[in-house]
Amino acid sequence: MKLVRYFPVAVSSIRANKMRASLTMLGIIIGVAAVLIILGVGRGASEDILGEVASQGTTRLTISPRTGSNGDSAGSSVETLTMGDVRTLSDPAFHPDVRQVAPQYGGSIQVVAGNENTRARVTGTTAAYADVHKLEIAEGRFLTEDEITQMSSVIVIGTTVATDLFGRTQVVGESVRISGEPFTVVGVLEESGNAGFGSNDDSGFIPIGVAHGRVFNVPRYRGEYVVTSISADAVSEERVDAAEQQIEQTLRLRHGLGADDDSDFSISTQASLLDTIGSVTSTLTLLLSSIAAISLLVGGIGIMNIMLVSVTERTKEIGLRKALGAHTSDVLLQFLVESLVLTLLGGLIGIAISYGAAALVSRIPGFPIDVLIGIDALVMALGVSAGCGLVFGLYPAMRATRLDPIVALRYE
Amino acid sequence: MTDSSVLIDMQNLTKVYQMGETKVVALDGVSLSIDEGEYVAIVGTSGSGKSTLMNIVGLLDRPTDGVYQIRGQSAGELTGRQLADLRNREIGFVFQQFNLLARAPAWRQVELPLFYANVAGSAARERALETLAQVGLADRADHKPEELSGGQQQRVAIARALVNRPSLLLADEPTGALDTRTGEEVLALFEKLHEEGLTLVIITHDQEVAERARRVITMRDGVVISDSGGAGTAAAGGGSNGLSEPALASLPRPVAIVQVEEKVYEAG
Ligand SMILES: Nc1ncnc2c1ncn2[C@@H]1O[C@H](COP(=O)(O)OP(=O)(O)O)[C@@H](O)[C@H]1O
Ligand SMILES: [Mg+2]
Repeated sequence: MKLVRYFPVAVSSIRANKMRASLTMLGIIIGVAAVLIILGVGRGASEDILGEVASQGTTRLTISPRTGSNGDSAGSSVETLTMGDVRTLSDPAFHPDVRQVAPQYGGSIQVVAGNENTRARVTGTTAAYADVHKLEIAEGRFLTEDEITQMSSVIVIGTTVATDLFGRTQVVGESVRISGEPFTVVGVLEESGNAGFGSNDDSGFIPIGVAHGRVFNVPRYRGEYVVTSISADAVSEERVDAAEQQIEQTLRLRHGLGADDDSDFSISTQASLLDTIGSVTSTLTLLLSSIAAISLLVGGIGIMNIMLVSVTERTKEIGLRKALGAHTSDVLLQFLVESLVLTLLGGLIGIAISYGAAALVSRIPGFPIDVLIGIDALVMALGVSAGCGLVFGLYPAMRATRLDPIVALRYE
Repeated sequence: MTDSSVLIDMQNLTKVYQMGETKVVALDGVSLSIDEGEYVAIVGTSGSGKSTLMNIVGLLDRPTDGVYQIRGQSAGELTGRQLADLRNREIGFVFQQFNLLARAPAWRQVELPLFYANVAGSAARERALETLAQVGLADRADHKPEELSGGQQQRVAIARALVNRPSLLLADEPTGALDTRTGEEVLALFEKLHEEGLTLVIITHDQEVAERARRVITMRDGVVISDSGGAGTAAAGGGSNGLSEPALASLPRPVAIVQVEEKVYEAG
């Protein structure tokens, strides 16, 4: 089929009626641009969260005391996760797939420097924490093994804490007070640049023994200090499940749980977190897709309106063309090519606009997400818009070609 | 009627328009035959069915009943493609309303039939310009309809009808919108082409135009009431132009009033 033959006819027909052509294209431009931007925002947001989670390591496991799940109320249940558990889990003989273990005991507490003070999430932990949580240090260093065992009064703080207290972040060697006890700042964490998920900007880290013995009033369980959670790192992503089983076995044994008893702790992995986030974002994507579908529909209705308005004029034109010797196929192909030219042009402009918007958004400093335009969204938006253009562009042609030329010519 | 010189032949054609409950009988049993190379004028009062007849002859419309043959082929038995090709190559049609494409320049309008005859590119453009020059519009080739006077628009439509060198030219009031001088020029062009073999059928209100034709067919209320000659009908005496007295008598006059009447019908 020599489709090119109809190209000049279609183009001159478009040029002859620029108003109609641009209104039709406007519908397509709006449809395509809206869909691409909406879906791009959704995709950008979910990639952002997933990336954040992945950057914190996909081999991490978090063990938390389970509270309130046995029918007891959360407040009254006894916390049973202790430093004894941590020591046992640190034995590689029974936990070959657990590389490192870091206990945490922490809470929100006042930190003072001179006349300044601020509330920070202060966590007692061990040197392994930095590695397990992939912490990045901006100034100085993280806590050392020696400082942990000697229970030195040292602290590593986040940037928000540093700037709140000192107005700057180069504060290694400075002194702060917690519960009346002086601490020397040995390190400052890298700013996370993310105010929300997984940020440590308002945190402080001190040796676990210091947190237990001097800062917090920590209860004991069977003679051992309890912990608020334990982080463990599996040797590899593939061994996360094995590590989880080894940890579960040890803890159930140590806590004297029978085969029918529920665990008094829970283990979550980054993988399971990723799953949860994945299902949340796919719900989000579904929601955004329906908004996108609506805007496509609006664009489509716009196209349909213009096409229907021009039906009379087009019916006459078709009558004339047939009177002058056009075959039905000539007319249909001319309209097909015309619709294709319009929809492709409109689609390209729509794509350009959406990419422009994405580029613009990425320039905005501090804007939390990128607009990511996927090929699938691109194909869908173009497809649906082009479909609208084709269907409604061909509609008058299909109808008019069935009429005798004189009837089409007289059509009002 | 298998004579090879017979171009079009109609047997008992009727055309009935259904307007809701009422029926309008536009043609009420018309039988006519026109030979190749004839020069025919069709006259009659407004609403007598001239345009309806012309549309059927031009293969733009179909009769409700009766047989219409062109070159011995029954139009009712031709496919859409065959009809389109006949309209394209054999028939030039000048519409009563010019029926130009809105917003396209004159040369594009004239080029249109060539496109459907598979003549493309510069050859088509050149022939379109040539034909425009024939109707005296060489300097208006790039003008759009809205930039042309009624007479100029009509001449564009005439150029379009002639561009594919048809063997049959059907013109519905071709000189109605033209001033006397350009009307005369257009008729002279038609007649020159007629000398070269073009079969001419012209609907007219203008007595002078009708008098130039070799044969005058008069219609009233959808029937032919007189025919000054032609195939199967002996010329009923008359002068050198073969126009009979009753035909002359039926010509409306004064012409201007009938023109106005026609306009009213077109608007309605
Ligand atoms: N499309 C149509 N629908 C209904 N009636 C029509 C239509 N076309 C023509 N007529 C009627 O048919 C009759 C003949 O019309 P027409 O052939 O245009 O006459 P003329 O060209 O001689 O003035 C008129 O009464 C007219 O009203
Ligand atoms: Mg008429």
